[in-house]
Amino acid sequence: MNIATFHDTGYAIAPQPPTPLLTIENVTKIYPTSKGPNVVLDGVNLTVSAGEFICVIGHSGCGKSTLLNMVSGFNQPTSGEVRLKGQLIKKPGPDRMVVFQNYSLLPWLTVYENVYLAVDAVHPAYDELKKKDIVMHHLAMVGLVEAIEKKPPQVSGGMRQRVAIARALAVRPELLILDEPFGALDAITKEELQEELLKIWWEQKCTVMMITHDIDEALFLCDRLVLMTNGPAAKIGEVIKIPFEHPRDRDHILEDPQYYDLRNYILDYLFGRMSHEE
Amino acid sequence: MAVSYRNGKNNSNPLLKFWQERRGDILPPLVGVLLFLAVWQLIVAIGLIRLPGPYQIWEDQRARNLILYPFYDRGGLDKGLALQTFASLTRVAMGYGLAAVVGIALGILVGLQPLANKMLDPIFQFLRMVAPLAWVPIALVALQQNQPAAIFVIFITSVWPILINTAEGVRQIPQDYINVRRVLRLSTRRFFTKILFPSALPYIFTGLRIAIGLAWLAIIAAEIVMSGIVGIGFFIWDAYQQNYVSEIIVAVFYIGSVGLLLDRGMALLQRWIVPEK
Repeated sequence: MNIATFHDTGYAIAPQPPTPLLTIENVTKIYPTSKGPNVVLDGVNLTVSAGEFICVIGHSGCGKSTLLNMVSGFNQPTSGEVRLKGQLIKKPGPDRMVVFQNYSLLPWLTVYENVYLAVDAVHPAYDELKKKDIVMHHLAMVGLVEAIEKKPPQVSGGMRQRVAIARALAVRPELLILDEPFGALDAITKEELQEELLKIWWEQKCTVMMITHDIDEALFLCDRLVLMTNGPAAKIGEVIKIPFEHPRDRDHILEDPQYYDLRNYILDYLFGRMSHEE
Repeated sequence: MAVSYRNGKNNSNPLLKFWQERRGDILPPLVGVLLFLAVWQLIVAIGLIRLPGPYQIWEDQRARNLILYPFYDRGGLDKGLALQTFASLTRVAMGYGLAAVVGIALGILVGLQPLANKMLDPIFQFLRMVAPLAWVPIALVALQQNQPAAIFVIFITSVWPILINTAEGVRQIPQDYINVRRVLRLSTRRFFTKILFPSALPYIFTGLRIAIGLAWLAIIAAEIVMSGIVGIGFFIWDAYQQNYVSEIIVAVFYIGSVGLLLDRGMALLQRWIVPEK
């Protein structure tokens, strides 16, 4: 009963008509330094609809993390606004759960306790059974039921990132934010996790905003790919719609000629027109 | 020697097995202690220092009684060394317990609030440099009684390493964990129990371990100055006044042993409580 109501609430099955979930309006970020103001972002505009999977790609130092930090609320724009469902974002909160690159799990808590802490903090009023159900459901979703009593240092990097994803999803965020989540993983684990993430996103219809520097990863995962121009004073250069049908199959996509056109286009964008003049 | 070693593999005697496994840990310290006693006896024999040697201490009737009857109690201050030590340890426990509570609490405050740190740090650094013995007259004047004054001296000596290490531990909480707190909007209570304490615990224990040694040093110094109380520190002073040098050496042996045990006990507790990485 508890599980049923829990799964039925909150998410529209089809993301149409697209309602803006997240709006980034004219966002500028300037850090004052001793050598004068350092403009990191200059006039960024982006609208994300509910249920979308968005990837942001760009050279390192192009301000993509700064942009993400303003969406998660760790950082405030110098000018412009970031709104979630019309509400101005002022500080971090569980409606915008973040999966960090370095997992950010608490090493003294077990895998189960790490996820439970999040559920318990966000839904203190739920009864114990319901909280336990939510935790176990999300750990099962990422295939970690066997490891619930283990502590993060005892499991592999891929498993740790699975825990972090389970923890983020367990509180049912409006927006799931991933900051280069698979950057530290080996190639095989990375592909496995990409497929799992895509499957979870497809089944749960959550909204995802993810930073990556991996073009193949972005092409496999996202609906729209945001290309950032180089910093300083970075902005959104282009937003590319990725046409592959969901549910996606990696082999299928790799056979699609469009894949290589898109890949070359993006490569050219990042390393041709946008390459560093050094 | 080599033969018994080879046979040892098939030997099921647990005592022998223990000896074969651990003799590398047991023999060197034992040899070291025996050498130390021998050198001491030698120095005394050639007249380099005017202390009794180990043999003379054992021959001394009063000192031998102290060694053989640590729990005798003839009332007043005339008690065995175990009882004297126990009285001192009780004071240490009270002063140190107070220091732990105050040190950890203030350390957390200073670690979390940079402004509080800026305000209080110069005072802490100043007070921490005052030697335990210098606190004794102040404590005696302020508190008027031996017992509270002794406890205060323990407290004021041992609180600083606890406070400073706790504050450092709190400041060193990784940003990742702070981010988890902010995203989940953890309550202060949860932040303390799930993040702050587990994260700062290794630092807190480092402080506690340094402090227990200091507390034990301070109580001896404090008791020597405070007259007429049961305690190993005053026992030494009393023996000195009456020129019982052998008694002093036996008492010093007690002090060193207790200090060693306290430190090892804290190390054990630390390994037991602090989660391994």
